[in-house]
Amino acid sequence: MLANLELLFQAPILNVQLLLDGLLIGAVFALSAYGLALVWGVMNVKNLAQGDLVIMGGYIAYSLSRVGVHPIIGLPIAFVAMFIFGWIIYRVIIARVVYKDLFTSLLATFGLSLLLQQVLNLIYGPDVRTADSGFAIRNVFGGFVTVADIKLVSFGLAGVLAIGVVVFMKKSRMGQAIRATAQDPRAARVLGIDTERVYAFTYALNAAICGAAGVLISMMWVIQPFYGIGHSIRSFVIVTAAGLGNLPAVIISGLGLGVLEQFAAFTLGAELQVFTVVSALLVVLIWRQIQHARQRQVVK
Amino acid sequence: MSKTFRSLALALVAGGALALSGAATQAKVEGDTITLGSAISFTGKYSTNGVHAQKGYDIAIERINEMGGVKVNGASYKLAVQYYDDESTPARGAQLAERLINQDGIKFLLGPYSSGLTKAIAPVTEKYKIPMVEAEGASRSLFTQGYRYLFAVLSTSEQYLASSIDLAAEIAKKAGKDPSEVRIAMAFENDPFSLDVRQGVVDDANRYGMQIVVDDKLPRDLSDMSATLTKVKALKPDLLVVSGHSKGAATAARQLAELKIDTPMVAMTHCESAAIISKFGRSTEGILCPTQWAETLSYEDGYFGSAADFDAAFKARYPEYEETGVPYQAAQAAAAVLVWKEAFENAQSFDTDALRDALAATDMTTFYGGIKFSEAGNNVAKPMVLRQVQDGELNVVAPSKWASHPVNHPRPVE
Repeated sequence: MLANLELLFQAPILNVQLLLDGLLIGAVFALSAYGLALVWGVMNVKNLAQGDLVIMGGYIAYSLSRVGVHPIIGLPIAFVAMFIFGWIIYRVIIARVVYKDLFTSLLATFGLSLLLQQVLNLIYGPDVRTADSGFAIRNVFGGFVTVADIKLVSFGLAGVLAIGVVVFMKKSRMGQAIRATAQDPRAARVLGIDTERVYAFTYALNAAICGAAGVLISMMWVIQPFYGIGHSIRSFVIVTAAGLGNLPAVIISGLGLGVLEQFAAFTLGAELQVFTVVSALLVVLIWRQIQHARQRQVVK
Repeated sequence: MSKTFRSLALALVAGGALALSGAATQAKVEGDTITLGSAISFTGKYSTNGVHAQKGYDIAIERINEMGGVKVNGASYKLAVQYYDDESTPARGAQLAERLINQDGIKFLLGPYSSGLTKAIAPVTEKYKIPMVEAEGASRSLFTQGYRYLFAVLSTSEQYLASSIDLAAEIAKKAGKDPSEVRIAMAFENDPFSLDVRQGVVDDANRYGMQIVVDDKLPRDLSDMSATLTKVKALKPDLLVVSGHSKGAATAARQLAELKIDTPMVAMTHCESAAIISKFGRSTEGILCPTQWAETLSYEDGYFGSAADFDAAFKARYPEYEETGVPYQAAQAAAAVLVWKEAFENAQSFDTDALRDALAATDMTTFYGGIKFSEAGNNVAKPMVLRQVQDGELNVVAPSKWASHPVNHPRPVE
């Protein structure tokens, strides 16, 4: 570990490589985390199937690339397909648990997560899959740092998508209804907002965002039916750190987590990459506890 | 709604019970049929390779039956297999082995897929003194337990990448360097199989006094190893070895290209199952891949003919392998059935202890390679071969005795 740290000091250019890799993948983490923040904030459902929705999006891109559709073109298709899928899932499962207590919704989404994993495994088998963008790989700093164009493109797409969602939430009628429902569902209902529809839309939008993130993941990393859990955990870490309904914080946490993972894998070994994510969750939770305790004292 | 569901469930249970009672009537040798048993992964994470293995078993059984079956005490017997799906879970595999032996009365077992499942089943077969010839469990820990009824036709896992160390030493000598100057970077998944592979590499590297500069363990749900590869890029080793099942191969192949890693020699397991050549194309040129078997090897037997003949016969029987090529998992499964056939004929008996001794004395040549078991039950007559990606094809480059092409060194990097 010390030798690895030393290496970072001796060859500072390595930091640039790790930083870039981390930031570019972190943007995609932020995307699915924002979806989770939305569902959590609006409906108070902690969606444990978040990562599986991401992986599903990846498989849509993979399937489309098999029939000759470029994964980038596959992104809007996956977005729409996952939106419809999310709407159906809401009507069939989530609508029944949204007013129940925390554990019911946790159990239901956990069950959904298992179901999705097994169905994907039945359809695609357990081997890892990738969708290939065929984009070039760029040398920077005299070849010491390489950047795959697909990572830049996906960073850009993640940004566009995030801005799109923000504008939608601020300007559109549905976006306003979603925000109103998040603040006070009862008042929203009294004022004539169809909260049931708002919930369905929110969950569907989350699934669509996850699907888009999955398409990007399938072009940068690899996907496998059981890889959803890692993405779920990342989303939870980011949302817990950033808080609900705070998009800039979600983006910063997402990018931060991406960078943290890369540096942890470099210094501690790749084995501890996911361990770092989980530890980060723990640290964030403890820190939040301390924060809350302090606030309570102030109220006293 | 719930009523129809209930009656459907009832029908399913009844159907299951019927199927069970049907299976229970099968015994080890009935009429002119010898029934072998195998719990193998048709579903779950090992299903791809489980199905390869099953097809290997089936094609060998068909071939033996076509050639007149197994001759014991002047009578001719046909072979058949009773399969169960172990769902890729060790606990289920052990249960099913009990069921094959106790309920179905099967006395001759073929192995499951993967070392993990074999590890779960071996104690059961050992307890009942039922011989098992397995073809898909390579972990060397299977052969350190003192099992007497376990026989494996494949090379054990610590041999998988060890040949790449020998090759690196050979290349160093040719360049006028001492093998101890070779610097190695290693990335292995933290699971029993890959750690066995790692141990083989470490042992051989120590033998030559080579220096290990990166020794990273990869997580189970591996989808990113760019940090490890960044380290490799900085330290410029002479050889990079990677093993982490097909996810490891796919991740490594993709990110080697993305980070433009120019290590002159790269060896990794599971190139075939990850289909790295078709997925990642030119960037995989020069990568070294170990294999248990290749269709270009010059092994021969009286059942399938040469390795190439087996390849052709398998593709004719299962046309879906025309494009992907025949996986070695299928070839070694077929070889396991041939071992059973010869053991029956050498023992001239269905007594499990006589058969165990006949199996232990096996010394035969097959299209898959020589088969001769050590005291521990692993095959010591067949080497692992190393293939290299050359113009999009996998050609055997080491050990030199079996090489069909010279090795390209350093590997081309765009």
